[in-house]
Amino acid sequence: MVIVHGVVVVLLGAGVFFTLVGSIGLLRFPDFYTRLHATGKCDTLGGGLIILGAIIYHLFQYPETLLVPAKLAFLIFFIFIANPTATHAIMKAAYKTGVKPWRLGEERR
Amino acid sequence: MKLKEKGFGILLTFCIMAVFWILLSGIFDAFHVISGLVCCAIVSIISHDLLVKGKSEKKIVKSLRLLTYIPWELWQIVLANIDVAYRVLHPKMPIDPLIIEFETTLRGEFSLVTLANSITLTPGTITILVDPERGKFLVHAIAKGPADALLVDQTMQRKVAHVFMETAVETEDTST
Repeated sequence: MVIVHGVVVVLLGAGVFFTLVGSIGLLRFPDFYTRLHATGKCDTLGGGLIILGAIIYHLFQYPETLLVPAKLAFLIFFIFIANPTATHAIMKAAYKTGVKPWRLGEERR
Repeated sequence: MKLKEKGFGILLTFCIMAVFWILLSGIFDAFHVISGLVCCAIVSIISHDLLVKGKSEKKIVKSLRLLTYIPWELWQIVLANIDVAYRVLHPKMPIDPLIIEFETTLRGEFSLVTLANSITLTPGTITILVDPERGKFLVHAIAKGPADALLVDQTMQRKVAHVFMETAVETEDTST
């Protein structure tokens, strides 16, 4: 049980770390496109790791209800499909409306 | 032959939706299961062509190859996040964004979607536009390294082409 708790804590910690990095990147990066790099990727893995931690915890804590982990696994699946698609859609909308990409040496916006 | 394909599509849609129903409802008495199955049957007869489309040749091989592609893709996602974390937390922020354009020989709808989503999830690149007719991709890269990985190595294009059994990829760098 201690090992399971350790694994769960590591997974949750990693998930929180990547989500936090995504937020810091959102504040630090210079323009729209680079900010999407930070949020689009880190949220996918961060959310996925947190849900994976929840699945493992639930499997060992309440082994009699297997439906909840199955539903959570589907959540991971949908996040991994929906997140890059949404990022791509936002990116495309910005590009079509003429948001200029930042180049090295310019001032941050 | 055509009727057989249609039947296969309906059956596959029905099975997937029945599994979904049972998972999400979580109630196993006769009333709920039967009403769920009836609903699944109606929906799969009406809209099976949304999920299973067109030629069904080699579908099993393709799904198996997709299964071997997914672990590699997951590993790439982990690498991508470490890459972004490094760039975000580095005091000097080593980024040099550029937009690249390249063409692939991929034409299938599903393979283009897979490639576009894979590009978005792998280190340092996000797809901006896809032109399905010419297989043209417009990609925003956060630095020179990730852009070269896509333009020069083309590992990902080759892997996706292998999964969907399309011709090998030749791309060219048309602009920066």
